Parts: sequence; structure tokens; C-alpha cells
Amino acid sequence: MKEQLQKDFNNTIEGLSLTQKDIEIKKFYLDNFISKGFPNRKEEDWKFSDLKQIINKNIGEISFYTDFTTTNKVDTSVYVDGLEHNKIVFINGRIEKIDFDYEEKDQIEIIDQSETINKFNNTSSLSDLNSAFTNKSFKIAVKKDYRLVKPLIIYHTTNSKIWSKNINLRLNFELSENSCLRLIDLYSDTSEKNFLNIFYNFDLKKDSILKNYKVDKFKNKNIKYSFNNIDQDKNSISETFILSSGSNFFKNEINCNLSGEYSSAFVNGIFSLNNSMHHEIRTIINHLTENTKSYQLIKSVLEENSKAVYQGKIYVNSKAQKTDGYQLSKAILLNKDAEFNAKPELEIYADDVKCSHGSASGNLNENSIFYLMSRGLSYQQSRELLINGFLLDVVEKITDPEVKNLIKNLIGIKE
Amino acid sequence: MDNRQKEIDNLKDYKYGFTTDIENTKAPKGLNEDVIKFISNIKKEPQWMLDFRLKAYDRFKQLKEPDWQKPKYPKIDYQDLYYYSAPKSMKDKPKNLDDLDPKLLETYKKLGIPLQEQKRLNGIAVDAVFDSVSVATTFREELTKQGIIFCPISEAIQNHPELVKKYLGSVIPVTDHFFATLNSAVFTDGSFAYIPEGVRCPMELSTYFRINASNTGQFERTLIIADKGSYVSYLEGCTAPMRDENQLHAANVELVALDDAEIKYSTVQNWYPGDKDGKGGIYNFVTKRGLCKGKNSKISWTQVETGSAITWKYPSCILKGDNSVGEFYSIAITNNHQKADTGTKMIHLGKNTKSKIISKGISAGLSDMTYRGLVDISSKAANSNNYTQCDSLLMGNKCGAHTVPYIKNKNAESNIAHEATTSKISEEQLHYCQQRGLSAEEAVGLIVNGFCKEVLQQLPMEFAVEAQKLVGISLEGSVG
Repeated sequence: MKEQLQKDFNNTIEGLSLTQKDIEIKKFYLDNFISKGFPNRKEEDWKFSDLKQIINKNIGEISFYTDFTTTNKVDTSVYVDGLEHNKIVFINGRIEKIDFDYEEKDQIEIIDQSETINKFNNTSSLSDLNSAFTNKSFKIAVKKDYRLVKPLIIYHTTNSKIWSKNINLRLNFELSENSCLRLIDLYSDTSEKNFLNIFYNFDLKKDSILKNYKVDKFKNKNIKYSFNNIDQDKNSISETFILSSGSNFFKNEINCNLSGEYSSAFVNGIFSLNNSMHHEIRTIINHLTENTKSYQLIKSVLEENSKAVYQGKIYVNSKAQKTDGYQLSKAILLNKDAEFNAKPELEIYADDVKCSHGSASGNLNENSIFYLMSRGLSYQQSRELLINGFLLDVVEKITDPEVKNLIKNLIGIKE
Repeated sequence: MDNRQKEIDNLKDYKYGFTTDIENTKAPKGLNEDVIKFISNIKKEPQWMLDFRLKAYDRFKQLKEPDWQKPKYPKIDYQDLYYYSAPKSMKDKPKNLDDLDPKLLETYKKLGIPLQEQKRLNGIAVDAVFDSVSVATTFREELTKQGIIFCPISEAIQNHPELVKKYLGSVIPVTDHFFATLNSAVFTDGSFAYIPEGVRCPMELSTYFRINASNTGQFERTLIIADKGSYVSYLEGCTAPMRDENQLHAANVELVALDDAEIKYSTVQNWYPGDKDGKGGIYNFVTKRGLCKGKNSKISWTQVETGSAITWKYPSCILKGDNSVGEFYSIAITNNHQKADTGTKMIHLGKNTKSKIISKGISAGLSDMTYRGLVDISSKAANSNNYTQCDSLLMGNKCGAHTVPYIKNKNAESNIAHEATTSKISEEQLHYCQQRGLSAEEAVGLIVNGFCKEVLQQLPMEFAVEAQKLVGISLEGSVG
């Protein structure tokens, strides 16, 4: 793999106009990645999902260079109907379209950062990989007091032109004081056997609100990793919703730093898996100052021999008195080969806090099924009703009514 | 009130911190094959036992000391320890208690464990372990009448080799982790109990561990076998003198429960915790594991952990037999500079297995406490259940409380429920108690005892009273 990495790295560098110093920095990240390799189960954070093995099994030989000189035609059929929205379209990792038609032009600034290198608050080898190979990276800054009229949908599409490739993406968001952004990540793939490595960084200033909905619904055979770093200032709110259901493997990581007073973070997630899918959500909520709040709810429905992992950590600094942290994960295993692993972790150094977590896993409640059947529903109907209700709980947590409807339609939840 | 105050003042300092001035036989310092042969030789062990030790030592040489635990400690120089230390008077085993060195008798009297006939605690048979050897075992004849074997493990190796050979290392194999393997190589003494088929042990069996000599590690090994349909309740208590340097205690405890048998294992651990500045104290790195081998068997661990500079242990149950039950009740209290990383593992292998974990952690002062646990329901363990509850109580903002549970469910017909909370004693509760005339300290004591009640109830009567007192003492001075 080392030779491949070196060769692909040289190709990638050629296509960019970087200063010698920047190339040196990129080389440094490359060397880091070469020495560490893909994360494996020996690392605590990857204990339940051995990425190295997964990539070997699903992809085999992987290459890291993609030719970005030719444009791809944007397939408008992937666009979401019935919801007016701004768009950013990625095709095979190349940005094809940035469109903020619904917004006031001077309120949103898009800065090309491809030629600068941002340090990322992450020491994993995937972050090194991302830093070494990202070739286009943008910063989207929302100006003070501006609330986007329409949500922004980022389409992550891939098509059959790529095969056994690693794609690295990076976006930076800055939400100025009292601004608001609704962001939907929509994954749609017609390619197979690729590894997407996505890093987002959010900087939330005072009183700003971020709502991020990650929707991985359409079935595909790709492997994905997404990392969100969210830094929150005073009074800011972040809401993250994850629908984890389409890809062969998907690991979503949310790292949230509540460093301003009265800031709050909400993470809600659904795993709805079948076949031999293997998905993971890992959250780290760092309560760094007084009066911060976090709430997490993760629900899973697992069929066939699928596997879901939830690792959630609440960290409370000794300064962070009056913290309110809550975390709940529930799983329904519908098949004897399904597997649910959880590691809900609390690390607390302050005494005046209210922190709790709960985790439960098991099968559908036979008594509830019996109750419904005794009222005339078939077994299948009762089962669906129960699962619907189970998942609806999480969807109802979405605070944006437009997006809530969109997601309900996508999952096919009836009320 | 005055009396209570006096009692508290008496207890405030670590009252077991004295040393006994007694002549010792020690093995040469350091760890090598010769030392292992020396230990084996002095114990007059058969060849198979020496082979067992050497096999473990071979394995130990390849192992690296683990470093994933939360409480870090300065590197231990394993060559700078004495692996065997025994009172000289024990060289020729005394035939009965009258021959026992009076200094030893005095020591145990001071510890509140009288070994002499007339003063014995009623209904509790005690095996007293002093440094590396067992010095006395009480009530042996009475137990023998029922066919129960209760003796130091070194005697069991001589007298009951067939049992020891069969079960020693069957739960904690010689190839286990670093400290367990070290123990397998150099263990010196410990207790052995065998409860024959269908016998309900008429009294509590108990071992009292005492570390006295300095610079020694204590490595004892306990093996308890409950044959079909039998029942035994076993207690363990520990103390050590106050010393400035840290001392290592790496014991192995193996429990085997056959069909329909039940073992109840209770520990009140009160090793010297170090002084207020965190100097000295015992490193308590113990491996405890129970195997529910037969169907309908049950193993229950209860522990009250108040001592030690660092406590690092996970009493576990392997639920192999169908319908077997594992339980774990724990109170861990850390104060000053103490650190604890403790919890349990429940490994469900058989069908219809059940486990329950209740863990209460209290941290005060500058201490740090971690609950780390594993619940693993394998794909074959159909219709199994686990319930876990871990609550932490924090006193002051310089201490830490952490919860790291690992939950693995590979069986759709099985249920796992886990709950954890962290909080402090609420002002309302304190106010309510104080309003009714209790002082702040008494109020805290009352609330903490209430917090721990679920676990304290699991202890045998005599122990429960002791433990309740201990809980109060450990937290002395942490309020206000």
C-alpha cells in the first residue's frame, strides 16, 4: 500500500498549486498515515469496527488518486422534490455545483481553502489521510444575524466511474453570531467498493444554531466515514440527526465541544440495518464550562446479520458545574444473527452535575404484539406498527418541520 | 454523641496500620526461575506444581504490563520485590494453635480476628494468611465431619492433589493476563475450599489477609469448588501496615460451581490506602473469576472496596451452564488520592442465563473512580438477561467518577438493560436531615448508607455492620 500511496500522493500534488511549505505539511500527514495505516481493532475507538479488515474484505486494493480535470454532468434526478433548497453537489468527490440561489448574496461567503492547510482537531490516521489527499476544500461562512431562508442540501453522489478508490472531502463552516444554518447531507451512490472519508468542521459563534441532518438511506456497497467537529460558543445550539441505513459500512463520529455557557448539543440517530451491514455512531460530548446541556438518543432496528455499534462519551470538565448530560440507546434485534454493541461512557470531574445514560437491547416485546393481534392486526402489521413507533420517537426529535417531513417520507414512516 | 465522636476519632486514622515485629524467612530478592524453585521447594511441592509455575513464568516473560487502565502508577520493578516472606516460626508448621508464635496470635487479636478456641467468632471459620503463608485455620474438625475441605492451598496441594490438579488454572489459565500469570508463577499461599455434593456449608468460610513485611508482594491464590447441589458463603478481609512505599498485591481467586451449586463470595477490602498526600498504600491488582460450570449454578460477588492506593479488579462470572446466574454487587469508595478502576464481566455462554450488576461508586477528595464492565451475550446464549445499574456519587469538584460499560448483544432473544447515573448529594436531602437535628456529617453518613443499602444488604450479618461503619469512616472529613 505504501508505494501506491506515494505514487497517488505525487499525482495529487501535481494537480494543486501549493507552496513548498504546504507540500511539506501534506507530506508530513502522508508519512503519519503511512506509519499508522487504517485504524484497526487494537485501537480502543475502533474496537467494534475494524476498518482495516473491513476495507481489505470489501475493497481489497485501494487507490487514492482521482483525476479531477474533467467535469461530471450533474444528474438532477437525485435532487430532492418538494423542498426548495440550496445545494452543493459532490460527484465522485469533486465539487460540481454550489448554489445558494435562495439566499442574499452578501450574507454567505464561500472561500476556497484548497491551497491552505487547516489543522484538524483529530489525531486519528483517517484525519492524516484526509489532510494529505484533500484537493478541494471550502469554507462556508454565514454572516452575523443571517438565518438561511432555505435549508442547504449537500449531495454526496458517486457514480460507476470510480472503483476501489478512496475519496477525501473536507468542509469548513463558520456560523457568525446569531446566524442559523440547516444542513442536510444526502448520500446517493451508484458506485461500489469505494471508501469516502469526510471531515466537517463547524465553528458556532454566540447565539448561532446549527441543524445537521445526515441521511444515508439509499442502498450501496460503499464504505464511509464521517467526522464532525463542532465548537460551540455561548448560547449556541447544535442539533445532529443521523439516519444510518444505506451503506455497507458507515461510521459517523460527532465531536462536540461545549465551550460557551448555556450552549447545548443534541444528537439523535437511527440505525435501520439489514443484510450484513455494519454501522457505527460514536459521539464525544465535551462539557467544558458551566451550564451546558447535551441530549442523545440512538435507536436501532437490526435485521439479518447486521451489526450496529454505538459508542457515546460524555466528558465533564471540573469547571463544568451544572452540566446536564443524557444519553439513551435502544436496540431491537430481529434476527438471531444480528448484533448490537454499545459503550456508553461517562467521564466526570465536576460534582454538581446531572448525568445519566441508559442502554437496552432485546427483541420485540411479544406482549405488545399479542395486544395488537388481539385487536385484529396481522403479525406482520403489528410488527411494523411497533417498529414504526419505536423509530418515530427519534424522528419526532427533529425540530425542523420541513426536514422532519422529508425524513419521514424517506424512511416511509406512516403516522 | 461524645461516645460516637470518640469512636470516630479512634477510627479516623487507619487503625490497622501497625507492624508486627517478627523474624521472617524471605526468598532472595527478585524474580527468576531459582526463586520459583525456592518457593516450590520450601512448600515441598510435587513436580507437577513446579511445572505449573514454570510454565506460567515462561509465559510471563513474554507478556507486557497492561497500560489501558485509568489510574496510572509508577513502573513497578519486579526484580526489586521479595516474592516469599514467612514468619520464621512457621518453618516447621505448628501442630496446633498453642504452638503458634504468640506474636502472630497477638497480631490477629489486634485485628479483631481471634484465632483461639474460646474467643472464636461463632459461625465463621477463618483461614488467616500472614504475608506469604497461612498461619491458622479454625473450626477444621467440624467442617471435616461434613466432608468439607477447608485448608491452606499449600496443604491441599499435598493432601488433595487430584482436586487441585483438576481445577487449579481451569478458570484463570496460566496463559491469562500479566498479573494473573505472575501470580500463577509465584503464588505462595491462600485458601482452598471444597464443598462435597449436596452439602450446605453450615458456617461462613473466611480468609483474613495481612501483609506485614515490607518490600514484599503478596500473591495468594484462592480456589473454591462447590460440587453438585452444594452451597457456600465465603468472606475475605484484608489489611496492611502503613508504609511509605507502595506494595503490590496480585491475588488470583478461582471459583467453580457445578450443577445446582451456589457460591457467595464477599470481600471487605481495607488495605492501607496511603496517607493524605497519596504516599504509600497497596496496589490491589487482583484477578477474580468464577465459572458457573454446571446447569442451574449461581455465583454471586459482593465487594466493599474502601482501601488500597489503587484498586484494579474485575470479579467476573462465566455463565457456561444453562440457567446459571451471576451477580455482582459492589461499593467502591475512594478518598484523598485513592484510585479505583473496578467493575465486572458477565460472559453469557449457556441458555437462559441471567446476570445482575449493581455498582455504587463514591468518590471524594482528590480521588478518581472508574466503573468498567463487560456484558457479553454470545449468539448461543438464547433467552438470557442482564440488568446493570451503576450509580456514582461525587463529593467535591476535585474528584472524578467515570463509567465505561461495554455491552455486546449477539442474541436476538436476549435482553440487556443498562442504567447509570452520576450526581451529588442534593442540598434538599442534606437540609431535610439537618432540619431534623442531624449534623452535616451524620446526614452525609445516613444518605451514603442509603445509597449503598442495596449492596450492603447482600453481605452476611457480621460483615454488614462492619462494612457500614467502614463506609462512614472512609468518607470522614470529606464534607464541608
